[in-house]
Amino acid sequence: MNNKFRNNRKLYIGALITGMMLFLSVIGLLFTPYDPNEMDSSAKLAGISLSHIMGCDNFGRDVFSRILAGLGTTMTVAVGTVFIGIVLGTVVGAYTGYYGGRLDEILMRFNDAVLAFPALLLALVLISVMGPGKYNIMVALGILFAPGYARIIRGEFLRCKNLDYVQSARLMGASDMRIMFVHILPNTFNVMLSTIAIGFNNAVLAEAGMSFLGIGVQPPDSSLGRMLAEAQSYLFLRPGYAVCTGITIVLLIIGFSMLSEGLENNA
Amino acid sequence: MRSRFVRVLTVLLTLTIALSGCAGRKAGDSSKIVVGIPQDLEDSLDPHKAVAAGTREVLFNVFEGLLKPDENGELIPAVAESYTVSDDGLTYTFTIRNGIKFHNGNRVTAEDVKYSIEKSAGMTGEESLIAAFSNIKEVSIVDKSTVAIILKERDVDFPAYLSAVSASIIPADNAMPDTTAIGTGPYKYVSRSPQENIVMTRFDSYWGEPAHIRDVEFKVEANSDAMLLALKGGTIDMCARLTTTQASQLTSNFVIHEGSMNLVQALYLNHASKPFDDIRVRQALCYAADKQEIIDIAFEGKGSPLGSSMFPAFGKYYIPELTDYYTPDISRARELLAEAGYPDGFDMTITVPSNYQPHVDTAQVLVEEFKKIGINASIQQVEWNTWLSDVYTNRKYEATVIGVDATQMTANAMLSRFYSKAEDNFTNYSNEEYDRLFEEAQATTDDEKRTELFKKMETLLAEDAANVYIQDMAEMVPISKNIEGYVFYPLYVQDIAKLYYTEDK
Repeated sequence: MNNKFRNNRKLYIGALITGMMLFLSVIGLLFTPYDPNEMDSSAKLAGISLSHIMGCDNFGRDVFSRILAGLGTTMTVAVGTVFIGIVLGTVVGAYTGYYGGRLDEILMRFNDAVLAFPALLLALVLISVMGPGKYNIMVALGILFAPGYARIIRGEFLRCKNLDYVQSARLMGASDMRIMFVHILPNTFNVMLSTIAIGFNNAVLAEAGMSFLGIGVQPPDSSLGRMLAEAQSYLFLRPGYAVCTGITIVLLIIGFSMLSEGLENNA
Repeated sequence: MRSRFVRVLTVLLTLTIALSGCAGRKAGDSSKIVVGIPQDLEDSLDPHKAVAAGTREVLFNVFEGLLKPDENGELIPAVAESYTVSDDGLTYTFTIRNGIKFHNGNRVTAEDVKYSIEKSAGMTGEESLIAAFSNIKEVSIVDKSTVAIILKERDVDFPAYLSAVSASIIPADNAMPDTTAIGTGPYKYVSRSPQENIVMTRFDSYWGEPAHIRDVEFKVEANSDAMLLALKGGTIDMCARLTTTQASQLTSNFVIHEGSMNLVQALYLNHASKPFDDIRVRQALCYAADKQEIIDIAFEGKGSPLGSSMFPAFGKYYIPELTDYYTPDISRARELLAEAGYPDGFDMTITVPSNYQPHVDTAQVLVEEFKKIGINASIQQVEWNTWLSDVYTNRKYEATVIGVDATQMTANAMLSRFYSKAEDNFTNYSNEEYDRLFEEAQATTDDEKRTELFKKMETLLAEDAANVYIQDMAEMVPISKNIEGYVFYPLYVQDIAKLYYTEDK
């Protein structure tokens, strides 16, 4: 009983934080107190005040406006990455899990090969070929996330394909496509949900990491990782800049983590 | 149980990492200085292969040419005691300094000089870093201590090229110049750990005034932020080229020397790429870019605005009036754009090397300034090696923010790259009038007339809006407050031999 309650609490807090972040990022798309890229030499590294509630950065740009805009960028990249990853992963996972055979062997060994490399390193290689930029990192990260999803989906398909309801659907003459995507796929939903939440988390971190390294979102556009990279030069002068940005990333990650843990335990 | 073990292990590991940073440094060791450098040296320690300015500034302490630059940019005799020029200006005869020794204790002979000059000029098959050395016809040994260099054509700047680190004198019998650095400079090479450091010690038989501090360690730091932490933590005593904001974060344990970087930072435009072949577009960019605003926003107001490809340290060649050739004027810029057929502006990409934060920052301010005249500029950050190959070598770019420095104190070092046939003309600049002036200047030997021609070339670069010239960046050099004697050179060098510890500590 106690255990159950704890799980639920995680789910609620996670949903609350994530909801708040989503809300802020939507607001950031529509409205920011200042133009996030507007520079003001008189407000360089200004401290926290009523007009700039999180202060200003080294160009005199309002940190709060930039966090709002950056949150949107980071979320967009995360959603895009997970979407590309899930679509690719589902197609590969469903096919290999359902049919098996030689193609399954080949695709899964290829999968293992991709998984054997650290994702961020592979992403760096892809970026160096495709060039930096918001959409390129979405594609690069999406491709790299796909093998992980493919494995999970494949496992689910393997488990389900011999269950009674699938057998009966087959006897009723349903096509393979229909069985795969109408009958089995919805049953993998629970597993997928928590995978997506974890994937979201990893995507946020990966975007932040890549922008931090200067190959993700390009200046002057803001993203949480870029801002953190810029803030580190002024760590001693204006710790608030790095702290505000860092806390936003932490909240975003904690929110998703709790949400996914809650979902997993509830499932 | 297991989790506790993991926890203890984590703490231990963290401590090891944290403590290892403090090891190996005795407090108050006045016979040693640790200098932070922002990048590792190149793989080879052969001065004739030193491409990067960051390598040359370190090797400057180990190697010397026949001549070397002093802090005013004047040439002073080094390995050569004196030299004479023949009347036709083609034969330079150098007398080797009496008793000058290499770090290995051997005397510098005429063979060594002949070998070194021929090697650095690419006459022994290796690639030469000094294009002007292709003008050398012959290096001949006159007697034991005299060497004559014969040129194909007259070149007034020739002695200046001999003072470059890439023209250093090294022993002819050194089989492995890549790994054993033997020169005649005030410091001799001791050891090197790649990605970590390079260690030198005082050369006691130096021909000139010996260095004050006995041991020098050049310590490689990952980037300027790591440099700042190392300064604060006391693991390094000095470093060159901190940004103004970084320098302002240092405590009173440091004295911050303020100089200029001696380079021309500009938004360099690729003239082979549309629409930058149109002078009206280039002028519009010049009117839109507010140099002072860039300096105020990104450089704490420190830096000298420039208007052409020449910086103040060049003295007689520098024309201060060109700085105000284009004053910020948004409506004039819009008019010019409309005349050129771009009333609504256009899209452009500024490629910047991501390891140079000041250039990235400058680009960010430029993007905002260009927005005001409707130009939608975006920034593309690339790695330094990518920048070198794509932008500098292959010239595949639209615009880039970079600083161009001089390897020798000759006007040619700043102006020759805009000659349309120059190999290092990375902006693809091509102007008949400029080419004519350049060729005339090369053929002129009268100094006054030459200076006049170079000034005309500078003015032409400004009138033609060849590039959006911005500034000579300020250089902040923090040094421990008990070390004195730092001198700024108009070139990219760090002269450690002149530093000394003050008595009171």
